Amino acid sequence: MKVLDAHKLSYKELNDMIKEEAPREKEIHIKNVRGQRYIGGTLNQGCTLYLDGVPGNDLASFMNGAHIVVSGNAQDGVGNTMNGGEIVIHGHGGDIMGYAMRGGEIYVKTEVGYRVGIHMKEFGDQVPKLIIGGSAGNFLGEYMAGGVIIVLGISYSPEDSIGSFCGTGMHGGRIYIRGEVPDYKFGKEVKEVPLEEEDYRLLEAKIKKYCRHFDYSMEEIDLKDFHKYVPKGSRPYGNLYAY
Amino acid sequence: MWGSGKRFGRKPIEGDVRIPSGCAVSGIMNKKGKLFTGETIIQSISIMRDRSNGLGGGFAAYGIYPDYQDFYALHVFFESEENQREVELYLKENFLVEKGEKIPTRKVSTILDAPIIYRYFIKPRAEICEDVCMSPDEFMVRQVMFINSSFQGAYVASSGKNMGAFKGVGYPEEIGEFYDLESYKGYLWTAHGRFPTNTPGWWGGAHPFTLLDWSVVHNGEISSYGTNRRYLEEFGYECSLQTDTEAATYLFDLLLRRHRMPLEAACQVLAPPFWEEIERMPEKEKETARALRMVYGKGLLNGPFSIILGSTNGMVAINDRIKLRPLVAAEQGDMLYVASEEAAIIEVCACPSRVWTPRAGQPVIGRLEEVESWVSVC
Repeated sequence: MKVLDAHKLSYKELNDMIKEEAPREKEIHIKNVRGQRYIGGTLNQGCTLYLDGVPGNDLASFMNGAHIVVSGNAQDGVGNTMNGGEIVIHGHGGDIMGYAMRGGEIYVKTEVGYRVGIHMKEFGDQVPKLIIGGSAGNFLGEYMAGGVIIVLGISYSPEDSIGSFCGTGMHGGRIYIRGEVPDYKFGKEVKEVPLEEEDYRLLEAKIKKYCRHFDYSMEEIDLKDFHKYVPKGSRPYGNLYAY
Repeated sequence: MWGSGKRFGRKPIEGDVRIPSGCAVSGIMNKKGKLFTGETIIQSISIMRDRSNGLGGGFAAYGIYPDYQDFYALHVFFESEENQREVELYLKENFLVEKGEKIPTRKVSTILDAPIIYRYFIKPRAEICEDVCMSPDEFMVRQVMFINSSFQGAYVASSGKNMGAFKGVGYPEEIGEFYDLESYKGYLWTAHGRFPTNTPGWWGGAHPFTLLDWSVVHNGEISSYGTNRRYLEEFGYECSLQTDTEAATYLFDLLLRRHRMPLEAACQVLAPPFWEEIERMPEKEKETARALRMVYGKGLLNGPFSIILGSTNGMVAINDRIKLRPLVAAEQGDMLYVASEEAAIIEVCACPSRVWTPRAGQPVIGRLEEVESWVSVC
């Protein structure tokens, strides 16, 4: 395992070092990360980054198959336009996590901020997934075009597990939330539908993984408690600018 | 152009060119009032260097002038010695000037074109205040407005007691070095790294924006500036520094000092809940929220912002009502930290006992212990 010290490095210096090491190292441990942006950006499959400290904005932007483990919290824009791979955050994440994400998975132990999963999208096998252990802020899944968001709401009441305007402008993908959330929390473009066999299979697989990552007991979570939300249509604003 | 017409004949400044945006804020306070040097806040704000572009940096420091704590500390920028002479003459007529001196600065290779920077420890002349029936604070506010809008090439950087603003054109860590902030000790510091968007990057336009002991550092842009400005003008405030943040500073002064509003209510005026949220509130809260929106609708700050208000009695950090800008808070013992990015806090406090991201419009309030009210009426 390669160890790098990010102390006093600019984001460019640090990312150049990572890009140089990544093709030949299976694991890179980076100490003293202090807000450097774009860590793991465009990184291909085959390397895992272990980050100590606080990685900066746009962590794993355009990441292409690599794995990242953050020992604490992450900032805004995690997984921006990420294409594949996995991010595991052992703390909270910031705003706009998973922005325009196209593939891969992000697991967050506790809370995330506002506009998480904004404009996620999917095509064929490329189905991005966000698994949030705690709560999410307002505008979760805003303009969502594809992919999966799962909110476990651990140590939150269902009402507090998401903010308002959830799924505003949503026109693809699905959001699973544990417990009964009042209607006012959702945007006009969202409807609830019953879960089917394949939904339960997906939830079980992803929640098992969450429990493994964060040493949480699967028995604490009853899959029957989940509710599924999908868009009412694929073109919510089709008539908005038509007179 | 948002200026009030007082653009002076001086070297061209950035502002004809539009540059896209970022901005960084940081605030650190000791709730017991224990003093610490400016080194900590410089360290914190410098972590967010990528958020600014070298066109503005600044700090507000509280508790730095204990020997002159009964005097208003007036920090002023002058474009020329002639501008300075005119203002000094005016100050002598209206104030007791205990001391006037150049603010010590160091040579920093990247800090260019600094104006003449002076500080004056002053008290309004009692007979004049009596004559015009104004409290010393109110008199001070009018004088600051008057200097900023009517004197050529003179701009007040700060005007509170036992506090000061240190700002200019440059990256914040360079501005901190320029003013030698390691040699000052305060119990509350705020800082700003600027990335100017709609208004020029110039010395008077750097953050913090201050009035009396209020100081505001701000990341974002207030799209309701026009409405807010006209509203403030009704109360005698004149916005002359070409930046939206100035309006936020004066709004705090209006709501907290002049209207004696509780802090939480003032925050609710700036970032009010949506009408549908108000409808879901319990009856009493609903009534208050409705009243605030109806009476103080023109005080609503629309558009993205995260703001840190500094004052003698503590600090408040607040986001816009749909959280279009970042804000993180942390605590450790008697220390409270707020910043645009968590990394800027962890850099100066490795293991906080609590780190959280406040929700939209929810203020983080750091009150100095033993302080009962936010406004010491003078």
